[in-house]
Amino acid sequence: MANLQPNSNNPKVDYEYRRKKSAEEMRMQVVTFTLMIFFTVIAFAAVGAGFSKWFIIPFVLLLAVVQVAFQLYYFMHMSHKGHEAPQLFMWSGVIVAFLTILAFLTIIWW
Amino acid sequence: MSTIAQTQKRGFAGTVWEYLTTVDHKKIAILYLIAGGFFFLIGGIEAMMIRIQLAVPNNDFVSAGLFNEIITMHGTTMIFLAAMPLLFAFMNAVMPLQIGARDVAFPFINALGFWLFFFGGLFLNLSWFLGGAPDAGWTSYASLSLASEGHGIDFYVLGLQISGFGTLMGGINFLVTIINMRAPGMTYMRMPLFTWTTFVASALILFAFPPLTVGLFMMMFDRMFGSGFFDVAMGGNTIIWEHFFWIFGHPEVYILILPAFGIFSEIFPTFARKRLFGYSSMVFATVLIGFLGFMVWAHHMFTTGMGPIANAIFAVATMAIAVPTGIKIFNWILTIWGGSIQFTVPMIYAISFIPSFVMGGVTGVMQAAAPADYQFHDSYFIVAHFHYVIVGGIVLALLAGCHFYWPLMFGTMLSEKLGKVTFALFFTGFHLTFFIQHFLGLMGMPRRVWTFLPGQGLETGNLISSIGAAFMAAGVIIFLFNVVMTQVKNVQVGKDPWKDGRTLEWAIPSPTPFYNFKQLPLVRGLDAYWIEKLEGKTEMTPAEPVGDIHMPNNSFVPFVISLGLFIAAFGAMYQVDDKAWAIPVLIIGMGVTFGAMLFRSIKDDHGYHIHKEDLLDDADKGGTR
Repeated sequence: MANLQPNSNNPKVDYEYRRKKSAEEMRMQVVTFTLMIFFTVIAFAAVGAGFSKWFIIPFVLLLAVVQVAFQLYYFMHMSHKGHEAPQLFMWSGVIVAFLTILAFLTIIWW
Repeated sequence: MSTIAQTQKRGFAGTVWEYLTTVDHKKIAILYLIAGGFFFLIGGIEAMMIRIQLAVPNNDFVSAGLFNEIITMHGTTMIFLAAMPLLFAFMNAVMPLQIGARDVAFPFINALGFWLFFFGGLFLNLSWFLGGAPDAGWTSYASLSLASEGHGIDFYVLGLQISGFGTLMGGINFLVTIINMRAPGMTYMRMPLFTWTTFVASALILFAFPPLTVGLFMMMFDRMFGSGFFDVAMGGNTIIWEHFFWIFGHPEVYILILPAFGIFSEIFPTFARKRLFGYSSMVFATVLIGFLGFMVWAHHMFTTGMGPIANAIFAVATMAIAVPTGIKIFNWILTIWGGSIQFTVPMIYAISFIPSFVMGGVTGVMQAAAPADYQFHDSYFIVAHFHYVIVGGIVLALLAGCHFYWPLMFGTMLSEKLGKVTFALFFTGFHLTFFIQHFLGLMGMPRRVWTFLPGQGLETGNLISSIGAAFMAAGVIIFLFNVVMTQVKNVQVGKDPWKDGRTLEWAIPSPTPFYNFKQLPLVRGLDAYWIEKLEGKTEMTPAEPVGDIHMPNNSFVPFVISLGLFIAAFGAMYQVDDKAWAIPVLIIGMGVTFGAMLFRSIKDDHGYHIHKEDLLDDADKGGTR
């Protein structure tokens, strides 16, 4: 990958930089991982507390969407450089699928 | 292996083996061209039988049941087994060269895609000899196809499933190739329009084929394994098949027409000797058509009773597509405007395409008006419309592309004189056949009808239509004659045979070396080769020193994987009849497929290198130095 090439002839510089980057990334991963566990606990709690289903279903779905985004961007490295094309295709696929399902749920009487 | 081994003359068996195992995109293109051409002829024969049957009232040339099989197979063959593979042939032959790549991203998968398509198509057509072809129309609506007796629909479901896998693989392969393998300097906005349309069409394949796969699987389980997705009596919903089919089916027609637009977008600038007018708006229009293609599927179902809101929204969305298409039409006209035009055969096709396609587009907007569609629905007006866009758009593009890219694929030039005869016959026949069908439809002739009665005003129109079909057939026969004569004479025409080639594919020596580019070219703008020509150069500026080139090895595995699925399909189909051998055949077939996949996975195949020294020796035989 072009973006992983060292940008200095001194291997030490590159190493230090990468080390710093990795440490940052690790911190983000731990933070998101904690958040994801927290979200899961909230989801269970919401169901357990017996709120109206009109609250629980959208709420749990919202948490799920956030978790998917975390998964993609922090654990599968989509936030990194060089993932523009996969992002484009995933998001256009999401939009097309969403519009199709929306059309079925709202305007098509079957 | 060295280059010397590659250029050695082979015997007949050696050539066959070479093509069975090839992973070279140029040879796979030829395979697609041959197989697609073969299925095109079969579909054409079916079309002739339809027109003979309908030439006179009360005809009994074929029985009603056989007529249903013929129309179904005509539509299915032409869309899935002729138009798409023929476009894939051009995509394979041209696109990697246009972006300056040495092959597609996954040569093995490219071969696998071809063989899956081929065996799927073969399986579908074997239905003629094994108890009757599918007979529920190419759309195979569930309420009809679930009631169809015999194995016709099973052939349709399994055959399309297998060939659909191949198409999906091909589409993904092209996407990865275009995203990752462009030559240095080839930015997205410098890609030739044919590459752009291949890119968008491949994206449509990626998103449109999964719904078809799901629909076909449900249909397969309904018919062969006792489920009830579409069976109302079992609580299913028969309309869902129509939605699945058209969520796939509408993007499918754009998968076909966009590469056709791409071919014409290459031909216009070449023979008008002008840069394509409004390049960026062409790209924008292509992407927009691709996107909107997913928002309009329900316009095929206005009469199923979706309700006024859905009909209105889908009608407006459909009409919106006319806007980007109109942008394209005007851009093409403005490309020719003021150009120094050469009326070669590809250019004649391209120019005649504009009015023909616009006529198909106008009737398309008429049908998009939902209230009017209640009148047009299932009449010959529809038949006229989609033949105007498919024949007037795609088939003209395929014929134009054959003439235009023949020197690139085979190193020879098709006869211009015979080409003009083909054009005259085909184009006359096309309008003669389909123009009158608009009026037949408005007079009330229903689509897919087996025969009609005398004295209802339909005789003359149908006779004219059948005569037109004969003209088209004559045109195709002359085209085949042209191909045979050209290949027998085998006059090599060399590099850049049209003299005005603008894009990278024309900068390559002819015949194209099997590694395409000795050194990857440096692309300095749109119409890369034209830019070099303007500076008085005859070759591209290389972007890298001559070095070893990594090449993939040939492989027989794609053939075996596809053959396994072909065998398994027979088992899956005949287990319905409780035949004792069916389940073992299913298992053996799947075993062959998975065994071949396992073999491919555990055996390391790193390919080979063409060494720098061999490339330098090769310099005078061709190659960018």
